[in-house]
Amino acid sequence: MILEFEKPVRELEARIAELHRLAGSNEDLQGEISRLEDALDAAKRRIYSNLTPYQRVQVARHPDRPNFHRYRDALTDDFYQLSGDRLGADDPAVCGGLAKIGSQPVVLLGHDKGDDVNSRVKSNFGMAHPEGYRKAGKLYGLAERLRLPIVSLIDTPGAAPARGAEERGQAWAISADLMALARVPVPVVAVVIGEGGSGGALAMCVADHVAMLENSYLSVIAPEACASIIFRDSSRAAEAAEAMKLTARDLLAHGVVDEVLPEPLGGAHNEPEAAVRAVVSTVKGALAGLSKLGGESLVKSRYERYRRIGAHLTEGEMAGARRPGE
Amino acid sequence: MRRRGVEIRHWLHKRREYSRSASEASDMESGLSSINGVFTKCEGCGQPIYEKELKARFNVCPHCQFHYPLPAPERVRLLADPGSFSESDAGMTAGDPLGFEDYREKLEGAREKTGLDDAVLSGSASIGGHQVALAAMDFRFIGGSMGSVVGERVARTIETAHDEGLPLVIVSASGGARMYEGIYSLMQMAKTSVALSRFTNGSSPYVSVLTDPTFGGVTASFATAADVVMAEPGARIGFAGARVIESTTKERMPEGFQTAEFQKEHGLVDRIVHRLELKYDLERFLGFLA
Repeated sequence: MILEFEKPVRELEARIAELHRLAGSNEDLQGEISRLEDALDAAKRRIYSNLTPYQRVQVARHPDRPNFHRYRDALTDDFYQLSGDRLGADDPAVCGGLAKIGSQPVVLLGHDKGDDVNSRVKSNFGMAHPEGYRKAGKLYGLAERLRLPIVSLIDTPGAAPARGAEERGQAWAISADLMALARVPVPVVAVVIGEGGSGGALAMCVADHVAMLENSYLSVIAPEACASIIFRDSSRAAEAAEAMKLTARDLLAHGVVDEVLPEPLGGAHNEPEAAVRAVVSTVKGALAGLSKLGGESLVKSRYERYRRIGAHLTEGEMAGARRPGE
Repeated sequence: MRRRGVEIRHWLHKRREYSRSASEASDMESGLSSINGVFTKCEGCGQPIYEKELKARFNVCPHCQFHYPLPAPERVRLLADPGSFSESDAGMTAGDPLGFEDYREKLEGAREKTGLDDAVLSGSASIGGHQVALAAMDFRFIGGSMGSVVGERVARTIETAHDEGLPLVIVSASGGARMYEGIYSLMQMAKTSVALSRFTNGSSPYVSVLTDPTFGGVTASFATAADVVMAEPGARIGFAGARVIESTTKERMPEGFQTAEFQKEHGLVDRIVHRLELKYDLERFLGFLA
């Protein structure tokens, strides 16, 4: 899939490839090729270093973007999958189990968007049903029981807007996860690797260290839906994305996340290895740092972290937002 | 019994029509504002209601028992023993952390319309002699949406209950997130959840009362994480609303979808309590633990 704003880059790449094919040992064409390669480089820098928030949302949704499996395989030497919610179903939109990161055993889970048409449909494009949140809750319980750190990789458009999901209490399932994460006395490390859609993302994201890949987003609502509600026009999604401050850098500036992981030029899908390396190194670093803290102090500082976030003014106060760390 | 069945179907049908007209009204804020004059035609049964009677019955239709949204101050008057309510955090108002287009005007308008600072009224009160920490949401204030003020006042109410060992009662009414506050709105779910989680270290009960409508981030955080989840008859309760689901899945939702009765049938709501019996019902529950 080629995103609209990537077209100039893709066109240049196609022309360079074509010239390479024609050139053979033709010296004249070599000059043209290197001229085009410079142009390509410049185009990439121009386009990718100035992505608008909505373009980043599109990069976050790119079908070729590295997914949960890719990061899981790079992170873990051994992954021991544990399926099901123990209540009657197994939601493929959430994948989790025991894993070894280096020598450190952890509970690893994340949204699984799938990698081809079949697996994408099967996992409902990463939109979990209540069974997915209950599977996550089961894993949080396991982490607490075995005193293992939790690592979550977030990549979901949000909760499933579906009749069955409502009938089986998805709001109840999400709130139970939030409560479980609030009290779990082990380190919780969360990385938003793609889409961080609303309550569905938050159910894995109440954490001691929250990192976001540069082109991932975290938002209370999809920009299209925000535009249709606030501006009454879903085609104004780009404006809504801008207004909601949903990019990794915005959220770092607002103190909601701890770290932005730079992506290779053009986004993680252009050079997955680099994005994967950045995530692996951050997860290892965060686990090492947090492992020094005891359960009680982790829960206490997690409490303080989320208790603080808000933009309310008590009587007589000046406008401004309270951020973690202030 | 058969006649009753027919009546309920009729009522649910009417209810659906009401939901439609409510959602078409500006910003889902219709509620009572549409009812003017001395008499009004009930949205539920079509019969004329004397407005003073409706008010005396806390917005419950005397004929068909249709529960209209109830402003937070009225909710407090319904539940608290006379003179026992003491408001906390009055004067706390929303910042505009993202500088979102039209948010300040929207807040100003909502304050003027409701006389409230934001979409929640909170403090402490006694209910049948039982001292409780109490919060009541108000759907008239930007659709009862949860922004920083709702999150903060709810969290402080939970903390008061925790610190003083009091039972906690929260009455919800919310269309969901306060989109104008973006991520701050989402994070209020985390804020209220960490507060509630700490509260459950103690042994005081938390009763959540879901009223029409309760959706989105409120349902997916403090409103459902309670020891007892009550709902008013006919209240629509869920995460995503029926319209959103219908437009995404192109599937028509069944009659009565997401009503309190539907949610009780699905095992998600513990009790359905008529508004005029709510105070007594809470007193009974609190009596078990006194």
